[in-house]
Amino acid sequence: MQLEFRSNRDFWAGVMLIATGAVAIFIARNYSFGDALRMGPGYFPSVLGGSLIVFGIYLLAAGLRRNEKIEGNWSLRALIVLPLSLVLFGLLMEHAGFVPALMVLIVGSTAAGSEFNLIEALVLAAGLTAFAVVLFIWGIGLPYPLIVGW
Amino acid sequence: MELFHNLVFGFGVAFSLQNLLYCAIGVSVGTLIGVLPGIGPLATIAMLLPLTFNVAPVGAMIMLAGIYYGAQYGGSTTAILVNLPGETSAVVTCLDGYQMARQGRAGPALAIAAIGSFVAGTFGTLLIAIAGPPLAGLALKFGAPEYFSLMLMGLVAAAVLAQGDMVKSLAMVAMGLLLGIVGTDVNSGVQRFSFGINELTDGIGFIVLAVGVFAIGEIVANLGHPEERRFFTDKVKNLMPTKQDLKQSIGPITRGTLLGSFFGVLPGTGPAIASFSSYMMEKKLAKDPSRFGKGAIEGVAGPESANNADAQCKFIPMLTLGLPASGVMALMLGALTIQGIQPGPEVMTTRPELFWGLIASMWIGNALLVVLNLPMIGLWVKLLKVPYRFLFPAIMSFSAIGVYSVNNSSFEIYLTALFGIIGFVWLKLGCSPAPMLLGFVLGPMMEEHLRRAMLMSRGDASVFVTRPISLAFIVATVAILILMVAPAVRARRGEIAG
Repeated sequence: MQLEFRSNRDFWAGVMLIATGAVAIFIARNYSFGDALRMGPGYFPSVLGGSLIVFGIYLLAAGLRRNEKIEGNWSLRALIVLPLSLVLFGLLMEHAGFVPALMVLIVGSTAAGSEFNLIEALVLAAGLTAFAVVLFIWGIGLPYPLIVGW
Repeated sequence: MELFHNLVFGFGVAFSLQNLLYCAIGVSVGTLIGVLPGIGPLATIAMLLPLTFNVAPVGAMIMLAGIYYGAQYGGSTTAILVNLPGETSAVVTCLDGYQMARQGRAGPALAIAAIGSFVAGTFGTLLIAIAGPPLAGLALKFGAPEYFSLMLMGLVAAAVLAQGDMVKSLAMVAMGLLLGIVGTDVNSGVQRFSFGINELTDGIGFIVLAVGVFAIGEIVANLGHPEERRFFTDKVKNLMPTKQDLKQSIGPITRGTLLGSFFGVLPGTGPAIASFSSYMMEKKLAKDPSRFGKGAIEGVAGPESANNADAQCKFIPMLTLGLPASGVMALMLGALTIQGIQPGPEVMTTRPELFWGLIASMWIGNALLVVLNLPMIGLWVKLLKVPYRFLFPAIMSFSAIGVYSVNNSSFEIYLTALFGIIGFVWLKLGCSPAPMLLGFVLGPMMEEHLRRAMLMSRGDASVFVTRPISLAFIVATVAILILMVAPAVRARRGEIAG
């Protein structure tokens, strides 16, 4: 029997659940467990962590038996670029204002796709940002400076 | 007569100019995202939720509900015209709806879908109005043990009946419960899983989690697939169904409505299950089953009624018991909480304008969908041509602005990004995130009820089986689990024996 761990879907789902459950129990050690009558803050998380581990072990075993593959590719580019654009948006909202934050977010997001075209991205960013300014800042009245210091 | 009185009161609320406007916005946005593949009602409601903070609770709920059932409607439009199910519930509609369109009968198919949805929506609305008060009355008698058992049943049923691997769904419920714990423990004041981060003392934001997993995570997953598009160029003409069409559709619409209402109140069964069951039923009942898949109007009428009835009836457990039966309902529950309304049976008596106004608005919304949308089909089809590479940056923008506006907090944006990554990993591992959201919403309440029940009974866990209502829920939970596990056990035994 050949085992392909790298793309075994249920195996990794099991690993993920076991790891989450173990971390939960490990952290919950610091909270008092209490007893069934007076449950401490550690009671519920420990029980949940334990059940995650049980589910995880089952899935891990099932995965080794069924060996189902993870479908599709990992779209690594989007997986890195999209969260990064969001982080930039967060930073720029605090330090630069609504317009630069949103422009960067939109141009950044388009770069996550496979058909990136800078001109198209800029046009899209300008249009969407204008729309957002009208709708959210002027329309709904969200209290953000368009550009900090302006 | 009280029912009549209540409905009149509800229509009075829903017919205010403001609420009519919210209803119209809701169903239009709903239809739009229903038409567009790659974005569903869950992500949309999560993303637009923060924008409803300034709106009165009634208006906010009316709009969010409109998005939800409007999406079912839009999903069927694209299913019929371009064989592209905008929502999962419309997959079945593709089978015969698209065939009808290819035979030049797109108009009648769309009209029957709309009529069926409207009939189902009307029935669903009435059912909520009739079943709501007695259910809420019953729920008012619930104590902590009953609530705990009810939530346990709801979560288990939701996980078991959901599509996909049952064990994974159960695990995701536990995952959601765990995520719901993050923050300050109400009983002891202890900070749990907050890692010393100030922003986490109030717990993980509901919107942060929902937008991260359902909007961002989905986009990453969608970008992994190459874009595929099909076009239907012919103009839709001649909307009117013939007399024959109508005659053939009465039965399927009636049966679909009843079937959908039944599935609607069950937790976990999405509209896809309702519409699929209806399709199978019509095919079995048909005199000539071979017509199915070749443009049988019954194959459109039944499933379309079923999925709308299902969508409508999902509100029953949410509004009367405070129990979400699906991911979208979990979001609705979250929306209520954010508006400062404690969901549960009290809502009907303390906020009657919310309960009856919402119900009445759903009927108005369904009518609006028929009246507004049939003439606008051309526009929706044009919108289909917007490529995804323009669409997802817009979704990103709305998501980011929405999340940021909740607390004006950049930290929540970073957390959203993190949940986007986690949500994508879950999708890849085949772990459906919808049960997680149910667990997350119910987690804190469940822990509270569990603790209270145990305090009441002085630490004796038998309290859950000695009180009759609670026992009924526990028995139902066990029965659901056994029913689902049994065929698998049998099948495996068969394998060994064979």
